Amino acid sequence: MTQLALVIDLNVCVGCHACVTNCKQWNTSGSAGPLSDFNPYEANPNGTFFNRVQTFEAGTFPNTETVHFPKSCLHCENPPCVPVCPTGASYKRKEDGIVLVDYDKCIGCKYCSWACPYGVREFDEERKVMTKCTLCVDRIYDESLPEERRKPSCVLACPPGARLFGDVHDPESEVSVAIRERAGYSLMPEADTKPANQYLPRRKTSVKVRDDELYRADNPHKIDGAPFDHNLPPTTEELN
Amino acid sequence: MRPAFSVLFLTTLIGAGQGLFLALFTQQTYALVGQLPVQSPGFYGYGAVLALVLLVVGLGASFAHLGHPERAWRAASQWRTSWLSREVIALPAFMGVVFLYGAAHLMNWTPVLFKLPNGLALDTTAVLGGIGTVLAFTLYVCTAMIYACLRMMREWHSPLTVVNYILLGGGSGFLLAATYAAFAAPSQAGFFATWALIIIALGLITRAAALWRNARLRPVTTLQSATGIKHPRVEQKSQGAMGGSYNTHEFFHGKSAAFIRAIKPSFLVLAFIGPMALLGSAPAVAGALVPAFAMQYLGLLAERWYFFAEVNHPQNIYYQTIG
Repeated sequence: MTQLALVIDLNVCVGCHACVTNCKQWNTSGSAGPLSDFNPYEANPNGTFFNRVQTFEAGTFPNTETVHFPKSCLHCENPPCVPVCPTGASYKRKEDGIVLVDYDKCIGCKYCSWACPYGVREFDEERKVMTKCTLCVDRIYDESLPEERRKPSCVLACPPGARLFGDVHDPESEVSVAIRERAGYSLMPEADTKPANQYLPRRKTSVKVRDDELYRADNPHKIDGAPFDHNLPPTTEELN
Repeated sequence: MRPAFSVLFLTTLIGAGQGLFLALFTQQTYALVGQLPVQSPGFYGYGAVLALVLLVVGLGASFAHLGHPERAWRAASQWRTSWLSREVIALPAFMGVVFLYGAAHLMNWTPVLFKLPNGLALDTTAVLGGIGTVLAFTLYVCTAMIYACLRMMREWHSPLTVVNYILLGGGSGFLLAATYAAFAAPSQAGFFATWALIIIALGLITRAAALWRNARLRPVTTLQSATGIKHPRVEQKSQGAMGGSYNTHEFFHGKSAAFIRAIKPSFLVLAFIGPMALLGSAPAVAGALVPAFAMQYLGLLAERWYFFAEVNHPQNIYYQTIG
C-alpha cells in the first residue's frame, strides 16, 4: 500500500516561506477554485493557506536555537477528520493515502477541523467549504509534466531542499531512508493519528578530524630510525 | 473553541423539544396505568405541536451553521462512522414521530393496536409515544456524542457530556411542560414541575461534576510533543501569519478571562439554582413557571456557550504568538 507523504527536515529549513507562497500559487490557480484572500493589502490580511511556516525558539538566551517549522496536513494513516465527516466529503484515498476534501460534497459544517488536533484544515470563507493540503494531487500524477516536476509545489520551491516527498511505505524510498537514518518523528504521538508526514530533528553539525588527516602519517621524517634527510621538505610541525 | 450561536440554539431548542415530548408521554404513561387523570387529546396534541415547533426552529438554526445548506441532505450518508450524520437522521425521524403522535391525538386516530398480557390496551398514541421516547434518547445521545467522541477534545471526551445533554435537555423540557400545563391543564402542572425539579437537580450534580473534572484536566499535548523539539523551554516566535487565520478565529472564544469567570456562576444560577428555587418555593402556577423557564433557557444558552468556550483545542498550541 502506497502512502505518499512529506518529510520535513527542520535541520535544513531556513524559514523563507517559499513553500507557503508556491503552495498558494499552485493551489489558488487550479480547477478546484481559488484560495480566497481577505484584505490582502490592508492592515489585517487574512486568507486560506494549505501550508504555514511557524517559528519557535528553544533554550534561553544566549544559548538558543531558532527552529522554523512548516506545518500542513500530515495525511494521517488514522485520520480523525475523516470518520466524523457527515457527508463523506472528507476521505482518505486507498491508492496513495492522500487525505482529500471533495469540495462538491462538503457542506461546510467545520466538524472535521474540530476533530483534527493539528489545525491544518482551513475553512475557505468565500467558497464556504473546508480546504486542506492535497499533496498537489493535481500535479504529482500529471504526465504532461516532466517526471522530475511531478512533485508537490512546496517541495519544488524549497531552496535548501528541506522538503522530501515520496512513499513512506516503501522502505527503500528517499523519505523512508531519511526517517530511518535521521531520526524522523511524528507530531503529537499521543493523538494516535499516525501521521504520514514526518519531521527530521535539528542535529549538531560536527566534523571529526583525525591527526593523520592533518599530518602525513607516512612522512619519512617521522619514520623511526630513519636518517634525517635535509633534502626532504620540512614537516608542518617543523614549520610551526 | 468559538461558540457558534447556530449550534447553541440548535442544541438548546431541540433539547427542550425532546424533553417536552418525553414529559407529555410520561404523563400519558402515568394516565395509561391509572396513576394520573387522562388529559384531553388537545393537551397532548398541542403539546406535541409546541415540541415540533422547537425542533423545527432548532433545525432551522443548524442550517445557519453550514457553508452550503443546500447540500445538507448529503449529511445523512455517513451514519456508519459519523455521530453528526446519525444526528441528521435521528432528528427528522424524531420530528416525524412527534408529528404523528400529535396528529393521532388531535385527529382522535386512536385504534387499539394491541393489548399487553395484563390487559392494558395500547393505542396508536401509546405506540408512537414509545417509539418517540426511544428516538428522543437516541437523538440526545447522537447530539452529545458529536462532541464526546472527539478524543483530543478532552473537556468533551467524557460520558458526562452525554449524561448532561440528556439531563439538561430533559430538565428544560419538563419545565416547559409544566409551564404549558399551567395554561392548558393546570391540574397537571405540579406533576411536571416536580419531575422538572428532580431532573434539574440531577443535571446540576452532573454538570458540576463535568466542571470539576475539566478544571482538573492536565494537557497531554505540549509544545514539545506538538513540534517534536526536545527542549524543556520552547517558545513560539511566529505563527506564520500576522493578520490571523481560520485557526485563530475558529478555535479561540476571544473573550476576556473575567468574562469566562463571570459566565460560569451565571449559568449555574440561571439554568439550575434559580429555576430550582422557583420550583421549590412557589406553587406550580404560570406566574412562577414562566419566569423559571425563561431564566432556565437563558442559563442553558450560557451553559452551552461555556461548553464550547471551555475547550482548549490542541491546535491552539501552534497559535500562541502572532510574530
